[in-house]
Amino acid sequence: MSAPSVLFDAPGPLARRRSRIASVIVILVLAAGAAWVVYTLAQPRDSGGITLPGFFDWSRWERLVTDPEFWTFVGRGLLATLQAAAIAAVIAIVVGVLFALLRTSPKAVVRVPVTIVLEFVRGMPVLLMMFFILLVASTGAFWAVVLGLGLYNGAIIGEALRAGIASLPRGQKEAGLSLGLTRLQTKMLIEFPQAFRQMLPIILAQLVVLLKDTSLGFIVGYNELIRVTMNNLSAYYGNRFLFTLFVITLVIYLTVNLTFSWVTRRIAARSARKRGAAAKKTIAGPLDPADATTE
Amino acid sequence: MNVVIDNLPLYLEGFAQTLSLLVISGLAALVVGTIVAVMRISPIPSLSGFAAVYTELLRNTPLTLVLFFCAIILPYLGSELPYFWCAIIGLTAYTSPFVAEAIRSGVNGVPIGQAEAARSLGLGFGQTVGIIIFPQAIRMVIPPLINVLIALTKNTSVAGAFFVAELFGVGRTLANANGNAVVAVLLAVATFYLLITIPLGILAGRLEKKFVVQR
Repeated sequence: MSAPSVLFDAPGPLARRRSRIASVIVILVLAAGAAWVVYTLAQPRDSGGITLPGFFDWSRWERLVTDPEFWTFVGRGLLATLQAAAIAAVIAIVVGVLFALLRTSPKAVVRVPVTIVLEFVRGMPVLLMMFFILLVASTGAFWAVVLGLGLYNGAIIGEALRAGIASLPRGQKEAGLSLGLTRLQTKMLIEFPQAFRQMLPIILAQLVVLLKDTSLGFIVGYNELIRVTMNNLSAYYGNRFLFTLFVITLVIYLTVNLTFSWVTRRIAARSARKRGAAAKKTIAGPLDPADATTE
Repeated sequence: MNVVIDNLPLYLEGFAQTLSLLVISGLAALVVGTIVAVMRISPIPSLSGFAAVYTELLRNTPLTLVLFFCAIILPYLGSELPYFWCAIIGLTAYTSPFVAEAIRSGVNGVPIGQAEAARSLGLGFGQTVGIIIFPQAIRMVIPPLINVLIALTKNTSVAGAFFVAELFGVGRTLANANGNAVVAVLLAVATFYLLITIPLGILAGRLEKKFVVQR
């Protein structure tokens, strides 16, 4: 805890003792819960008449962890996840810019249909979109995932950019127009760069969400990390390794996502400093840029 | 089109299932999320630490993995819950950190002077949060919370792909059975989702505007 909260005093000796006692109780409860989980999982269990050792037994891990081929497959799965995320991210940004551009068009003929499409895309599940692309366009699973994510996140980024443009002072646009720039030039040269910088934290956070959502490829049949581990490898090595595979997948995902989130946060903090926006003191402590995104 | 009309009862069943997933896990996530948010701003370091870790871990885990946890690991731990409740648990767990963060952002929307004034009047943590901050924060919290619920609506489709025959599951079955009418089948599914998400979105927008004017 960095800055002291406004919500309570710096604790005195009595409060500190109470807080310590409360902390000890909380930690004990959590530890007891964790211990119960570990104990239950570590019990040997029956599987169709055969007794298998508990999940933390080395025999449950050895075959996977010591098999270089296993790690090759996992690596390939991770690569497939990152690949899909990278391509989808590029598409999402391009689509986002297009959406923002068309949505703020002065011509109603353009604006209204685009708004309807945008609402439609934003309102339905990404998974459904992927499925739609997969079945209707028969693009194969990879492009279903990439295009689905690109389109959906593009719509969200487009809305963020639009909000960014709307928050600019009117003078920016007026100055551009009065210099003789066309509307499009004003938008591309004056408004977009500023909106983009302002919305950078939200856009980056949305890209982290996109990375997370590549896991939906599992359902539409794209061999990304989760499908490789939980489906292909579990079928190959046998179901008794499911727990091990789950733990390995979880650790990989958390490592990748937490790293990306951290980078995002760093960039957001830096861009806030550059803009000279002093961190406002708040009641509940600083928030993540990712809070603007809800998925 | 005929496929859709013929299978309307199936669609409605799926829609009802989606709605019940949404309502139950939405309410549960609101409760859990509020508790986590209060823990996060509380004076007890272990509570706020736990809340921070909980938020960070769950937010960085894909929903697919959370549902895998419910489908595979929970039975290992001795749960014998039907799939519907597994889905509820997964969706609740996945949504609650977003609720917590939305609440925190609402609390941050209350001017800090309010908290300072309450504290300088001698109110304690519980009183400050309970009678001064939360009543004001709640209106700022509602629009972002509705957005969280919209996201939850869309996320129920993932649960459907896993185990529950809700809208997406129905759509998938029908699309596989009627290869010649895939577009119609899936557009109908999308329409049902939009029936939930678009009104909620409009509501969120309205409330946001209303509350901005009031401040």
